[in-house]
Amino acid sequence: MCLAVPVRVLEVGLGPEGDMALVELGSIRKEISLSLVDDVQVGDFVILHVGYALSKLDPEEAARTLELIAQSHQALGAVS
Amino acid sequence: MKYIDEYRDGALARTLAQRIQSLAQAGRSYSFMEFCGGHTHAISRYGIANLLPASVHLVHGPGCPVCVLPIGRIDMAIEIARNPEVILCTYGDTLRVPASQGRSLLKAKAAGSDIRMVYSTLDAIQIARNNPAREVVFLAIGFETTTPPTAMAVLKAHQEKLSNFSILCCHVLTPPAMAQILESAPSQGEESLRIDGFIGPAHVSTVIGSQPYEVFSTHYRKPVVIAGFEPLDVMQAIAMLMVQVNEGRAEVENEFTRAVTPEGNLKAQARVAEVFELRSSFEWRGLATVPHSALQLRETFAAFDAERKFGLIYHSVPDNKACECGAVLRGVKRPQDCKIFGTVCTPENPIGSCMVSSEGACAAHYSYGRFETASA
Amino acid sequence: MSKAKRNYARPLDIKNGAIDMSHGAGGRAMAQLIAELFMRHLGNGYLGQGNDGAVLPAPLLGEQAARLVMSTDCHVVSPLFFPGGDIGSLSVHGTLNDVAVMGAKPLYLSAGFILEEGFALEALDRIVASMARAASLAGVPVVTGDTKVVERGKGDGVFITTTGVGVLPHGLDLGGAQVRAGDVVLVSGTLGDHGVAIMSLRENLRFASDIVSDSAALHGLVAHLLETGADIRCLRDPTRGGLSSTLNEIALHAGVGMMLHEAQIPIKPAVASACELLGLDPLYVANEGKLIAICAAADAQRVLRAMREHPLGVDAAIIGEVVADDHHFVQLTTAFGGKRIVDWLTGDQLPRIC
Repeated sequence: MCLAVPVRVLEVGLGPEGDMALVELGSIRKEISLSLVDDVQVGDFVILHVGYALSKLDPEEAARTLELIAQSHQALGAVS
Repeated sequence: MKYIDEYRDGALARTLAQRIQSLAQAGRSYSFMEFCGGHTHAISRYGIANLLPASVHLVHGPGCPVCVLPIGRIDMAIEIARNPEVILCTYGDTLRVPASQGRSLLKAKAAGSDIRMVYSTLDAIQIARNNPAREVVFLAIGFETTTPPTAMAVLKAHQEKLSNFSILCCHVLTPPAMAQILESAPSQGEESLRIDGFIGPAHVSTVIGSQPYEVFSTHYRKPVVIAGFEPLDVMQAIAMLMVQVNEGRAEVENEFTRAVTPEGNLKAQARVAEVFELRSSFEWRGLATVPHSALQLRETFAAFDAERKFGLIYHSVPDNKACECGAVLRGVKRPQDCKIFGTVCTPENPIGSCMVSSEGACAAHYSYGRFETASA
Repeated sequence: MSKAKRNYARPLDIKNGAIDMSHGAGGRAMAQLIAELFMRHLGNGYLGQGNDGAVLPAPLLGEQAARLVMSTDCHVVSPLFFPGGDIGSLSVHGTLNDVAVMGAKPLYLSAGFILEEGFALEALDRIVASMARAASLAGVPVVTGDTKVVERGKGDGVFITTTGVGVLPHGLDLGGAQVRAGDVVLVSGTLGDHGVAIMSLRENLRFASDIVSDSAALHGLVAHLLETGADIRCLRDPTRGGLSSTLNEIALHAGVGMMLHEAQIPIKPAVASACELLGLDPLYVANEGKLIAICAAADAQRVLRAMREHPLGVDAAIIGEVVADDHHFVQLTTAFGGKRIVDWLTGDQLPRIC
């Protein structure tokens, strides 16, 4: 399921219980809940869905995935 | 936009399209089911089908929680909202879903019910705090991605003793529905569905992890590749599935490694387990009744269950006779195979839920893809 | 508006006063409201005639009588004030643009107000001041108007209806019917700014951004384009329903199809981000200061240059072409390399979770 976006964490510890964060997508900012994810630091990226962070985004894995995709042309002709 | 734009790169798309072309073995076809409304939407919106060889077919599965919501559940929501003291809060997706007798939440709102669209359960809780004299009911739909936010709302209401807050729980589970697809025998007049593999849902998997899909590999012998949300992710996952099929393998692989781990988000899973338990059975639009596929509130939180609070009984309502949403949801028919697609049933006048949600296979095909069949 | 006696016991308390039912009754209270609030900002010779209708000299263009173009628009936008504008300036721009896209030079405006009992005079004053500023900048006076008051609860603060009158030279005929296969489609700038600016203030959706409504009067840009002598078939301003609704209307009207190119459609990154967050498609989001121009292919570069020379067209772009299509589809090649259609909008676009 569905509409979730990767956003960058700008501030943590907000809200009456300290579990809200200010995040940014492009230049859009919104306050969301971190109550479902632990150890989020400023500068981290999280996946945002209906006002909650659902998981952290791993930058190394993100780069690795892109690399795999970019290298796919090298696999041409090597299969079947 | 970081971590979004890179996965929409047109040049990489061409590279991947060539790779997929080279993987397509002569004389065989490939049929993959995607199980995520976000994937249905991405495939249509970016025109991914155009970039695939003719032998690769994408089948839309019941990955849209709005589409699988039975008419009877919307009727319940409309019924609850009729009480003048009720404020019904819902995500935008449900407002136009057709219910019995041509009704919908949007029409009920126009007729005077206090129905409010919210972006998050946080908003619904705030509305409950701000309106102590009113009954706030949250229509809780969604797969495993959307369930943890509902769990947090119930826990918060419990903690703050918000006795005027309750939920109408319609949360459903992904793996049981996938299994049901594979177990279903075709109905009369339907062809048997051949699925060579699954494109696993993106964000459901961030919560449940990749482990729950093992049963499809070991028991059903179907490969599953969990794919990220962006079009390059989907194409990469298709390539990975084709490699498995060509090599005769059936494993669970993860393309969305940047957000999905084998065990998933344990904290979110724990919160959900704290608040919800399995229903013994639940009616899915199109799939009929599926055992252990949906959630209900635990006894501890009974006070927040709108069904109990308002004494509502679920009545099953059959779909319009001409509506083929069931077959479309199961992937055995395409939208254009439905007799009323595009004529009686359109986004303006949806007969079935596949036409309402922008992720519904019919809406997606109508809005983005019907030019292909029209010019054919 | 009837002539008012000049002796009022006390001046209007703009700072703290509010509209009450007497302001709509046609008597002294309404006369005072008009004299001390409306006339103070909008006053000119025509408005000062004080009759029911304003007598306006009509220009003659050579031996050929010019044709009059008139358009009216009701404005009920909520919230009343938003980044980049308010209901006042919006009501002026909207009607001016409707007249301008016909190819007419807008000359006069009228304004009708439906005011809700209890509406703060301070807010009304700001709105009317904004209208006056917009009208003055555009060089188009508000020459006549009307005011009514409704009971509390029966109106959203204020509703404004504006009507514009303009003059169209002989021989200039712009419209959907002129469009034909082979023509080129241009847009004067970035799409989706206004709709997103409004949505950012909606309850339960609030997000912080620097997105500002693009509300603007386009008649200057239109005049500039017409001066080039280019073969322009049709001009439209894509308001509610966005680019998509306007192009689908034209396609249907002209019996053609269109092929757009996503990579060429200008959208501000902040608008793209906001749409991403809410699950909206910028092609369906309202604009209030943008122009769609469809012209003969041979003149496309000329029209593009003219747009870009003008302050309201700096981000102008060629976004597609008109094609023959019996189904009247507006199609789009995606930046990703695929193809899809850009269909009519169904109801209001709602933010989604799915």
